[in-house]
Amino acid sequence: MLSKRITLLLTLALVPLTAAVAFQASQIATSHTMTIDALLKTLQSSKGDKPLLIHVGSHVLYAQAHIPGSEYMGPGSDPAALQRLRTRVESLPRNKFIVIYCGCCPWTHCPNMKPADDALHAMGFSNVKSLYIPNNFGTDWAAKGYPVAKGE
Amino acid sequence: MRNKLIIGLLILLVIAGTYTYRHRSGGATSSTPPPRPAPDFTLPQLAGQPLKLSDYRGKVILLDFWATWCEPCRAEIPHFVELQNKYGNQGLQIIGVSMDDTRDPVPAFYQKFKMNYPVVMGNAHIGEQYGGVLGLPIAFLIDRKGQIHKKHMGATDASVFEKEIADLLNGR
Repeated sequence: MLSKRITLLLTLALVPLTAAVAFQASQIATSHTMTIDALLKTLQSSKGDKPLLIHVGSHVLYAQAHIPGSEYMGPGSDPAALQRLRTRVESLPRNKFIVIYCGCCPWTHCPNMKPADDALHAMGFSNVKSLYIPNNFGTDWAAKGYPVAKGE
Repeated sequence: MRNKLIIGLLILLVIAGTYTYRHRSGGATSSTPPPRPAPDFTLPQLAGQPLKLSDYRGKVILLDFWATWCEPCRAEIPHFVELQNKYGNQGLQIIGVSMDDTRDPVPAFYQKFKMNYPVVMGNAHIGEQYGGVLGLPIAFLIDRKGQIHKKHMGATDASVFEKEIADLLNGR
């Protein structure tokens, strides 16, 4: 009787804790992430490799504002979009510097980043960074006056 | 004694787990912009019939930008259904603007969540009209004269919406 009670309580404790982190971008290893400041410095620097920037979120949001030069691939939570991503990068050297980003909603709730990060690493890409956008693209990038482009 | 200690620790773990789940980060922000007319628009509802915002002049409107894949949006919508039920006969009209890339997933979502207010399919243009919808959810509260009173970015507690709606319905 007592062990059943403990088992039930343990289950009740683990369910919300697991749900809190399930599928979220926060599961991406820190070594796979890049801050906005770091990306801006990279883009503004005259030295070093410039990354292939790929947007893995919603097209309606991308069309309103996105990082100039970034390519739209589709939401990372959409298997069809992940296939487009794989096709896009298939011919690239596996040490190609790639930065993926979304900014649809808070980082801890984003359904798009981790699947895209996983897909690229599964293909053998070793220099992939997920842009850490804590709140959303509007708050953390556009509202701060960082460069944006609009349209398709 | 030992068993009671274990049970006590597990109860604390349940509480901590529930708290963590409910308060995982992604803070909401609210702003009270200078009053300005809510940009009018005409957009298609799920069955294709047009919805024009200005047809609802005289009502208090909660205009909610959301998407089916947006977890914080999904958390808010049941509360919006309750608010529409509670205040609809006093003049509240909630309107959802789906920012999904296509209409495909929206009807099933609408049924599943028993949404009781109109949903239109948004686009980049309406996002730009409303200052840039560059993250979800975003909700605007619009008074009976068509002026924007509040903008909420991120999932916002239902009690905050309820108070603001009640104030606007009562002309405060």
